Amino acid sequence: MTAAGRIPAERLSWYEATARQRLGALVDPGTFVEIIGPEERETSPHLGIFDLPAQFDDGMIVGRAAIGGRAILIAAQEGRFMGGAFGEVHGAKLTGLLRAARMSRRDVVVLFDTGGVRLQEANAGELAIAEIIRALVGARSVGAQVIGLIGGRAGCYGGGGVIAGCCSTLIASEHGRIGVSGPDVIETNMGVEEFDARDRALIWRTMGGKHRYLIGGADLFVDDRPAAFREATLAALGRGGSLGLDTLVAEQARLERRLARFSDETDAIEVWAALGIGNAEAIPELATREFLLAAAGHRESADEAR
Amino acid sequence: MERMAYRLTAPHPAGGTRRQAIVGVVASGNLEVLVERALPPDVCSVEVATSVRGFGPVWEAVVADFVARRAAGGLRIAINDSGARPDTVTLRLAQAVRLICAEEP
Amino acid sequence: MKPAEILRSLFPGGCDLTADGGLMAGHGPLPGAGRIHVLGVAEGTSLGVEEALWLARRVLEIGQARDATPILLMVDSGSQRMSRRDELLGLNEYLAHLAKALIIAELAGHRSVGLLYGHSAAGAFIATGLASSALVALPGATPTVMDLPSMARVTKLSIDFLREKAATTPIFAPGLDNLAQAGAVLEIWDPDKPLDLQLTSCLGRLSAVDERDRLGQERGGRPKAAAIAARVAKSSL
Repeated sequence: MTAAGRIPAERLSWYEATARQRLGALVDPGTFVEIIGPEERETSPHLGIFDLPAQFDDGMIVGRAAIGGRAILIAAQEGRFMGGAFGEVHGAKLTGLLRAARMSRRDVVVLFDTGGVRLQEANAGELAIAEIIRALVGARSVGAQVIGLIGGRAGCYGGGGVIAGCCSTLIASEHGRIGVSGPDVIETNMGVEEFDARDRALIWRTMGGKHRYLIGGADLFVDDRPAAFREATLAALGRGGSLGLDTLVAEQARLERRLARFSDETDAIEVWAALGIGNAEAIPELATREFLLAAAGHRESADEAR
Repeated sequence: MERMAYRLTAPHPAGGTRRQAIVGVVASGNLEVLVERALPPDVCSVEVATSVRGFGPVWEAVVADFVARRAAGGLRIAINDSGARPDTVTLRLAQAVRLICAEEP
Repeated sequence: MKPAEILRSLFPGGCDLTADGGLMAGHGPLPGAGRIHVLGVAEGTSLGVEEALWLARRVLEIGQARDATPILLMVDSGSQRMSRRDELLGLNEYLAHLAKALIIAELAGHRSVGLLYGHSAAGAFIATGLASSALVALPGATPTVMDLPSMARVTKLSIDFLREKAATTPIFAPGLDNLAQAGAVLEIWDPDKPLDLQLTSCLGRLSAVDERDRLGQERGGRPKAAAIAARVAKSSL
């Protein structure tokens, strides 16, 4: 196993941490066994064309571990390397992990931190995402849980957002953002009137962890601390259930209901008010405990319908 | 990209028993350092891949200084660099070597 | 080929299709083998929350039927719809829902053939053509992950530079040939031969296993993906 710096978990910010630090703080100590570790030097065969430096693990760490004594498979994206984007090797590691999850019915924990497809390897990245989705659904169809954790710099955008939508449970912190088109993409293509990518408050209202939790786009909302993510992961691992037609029929109803409820709202604050949350404008300022209290009884849940 | 490789005599062998360690991230102004316990105890090798050309002499000096001061004998060190400053390089090298020498639990 | 031509060649005896905006649904006969459901995104329509729901509902209806009627998914789409509203409403879940529906319907016995005859890009491509059991294309189709001008803007590299590099590798530039080489497209159909025969032949050769990475390796588009995935899978067991 490759030793990587361990900062005491209490002091670590999930957002600030590296993928290796997050993974180390999440799993039971000493249980992580990396597969195709950095010493194997399986780097991208394509970055050299663009004179870009490679990373030994291509920004994706995969392996076996235990959480709360339960054997799992785990993957973590390094959001600071190429924006955590999916390249050929990066994606293939996660594809292989999920295929194994299907064969062994082992639960998978995915630490997302991605802007989507790595443009320098666009075709490979897009295909990797498609293969990951297929393998993920295959694993869930036989009862394996696939739990997504979102709270890093890159958020979870593009094809990564679609993969996240295929997970059995999503855990997000306030820092986490989930979407398909990122703020810059919308602004560049549709104009600043449609989306001002410099308006951070708008970004977080529209795509951030709190909003996703309130409309049922994320299942658990946690602090920016590994201990909080770990606790939520343990809860998610206990859930069980497999993905089948009945789940999707329930999801169809859930997504139709959401559309019917909020179709005409133009801002998240209107959505939150429509959910019945008093003083919706204050939501972004609330600390976790107050936020969860405000959300209780009002938020949309996706239980059994994801 | 520029690639350099150095093989130096290391005055002190690295302690500990861990087989490998890694620190850092390949992001702008940063680097990753992978160390493996793979060589005879009086030798240290350093391979560098960097996206910033033309700093060969600086790398040579930083590496030579590091190996002279630190117990790095027996280590194969591999670096992927994205324009880190020399002091960041020295820091990461120190972190990596400290890690591989740390006691195993 | 235009959609009407394609449909005539697929269903010489006619077919039953209704259009709803840029979307279509219906069915056509399969010679000697019952019928095939037809779903489609046409005219470069972008895939937003409404469109994804519309298609997914029909896929789920098909999936719940206790037969093995396959699905033909005809694709000439835009990308995902890029709007504040779609993101606010959680477009990622809607696209994921459609992809899941296609895959779970396949597991329930309703295999799908994606027929790319026009454009498709990014998130829309992932949720339609790339979520089918197999993807075939007609010459002239224009699948993209991202167009070169946008790529140039995002990467801050010049278009000329990207074009120069694109000549040396199929790994990033848009185009049917590049995506076929990467393994996305099972086969490119011959527009001068009857499409109904090519469809029946394709349906007879569908694999339950995702072969795209292996194809990508064979064709030289993705040298490492298949081997890496296989190694990780083996070591994870």
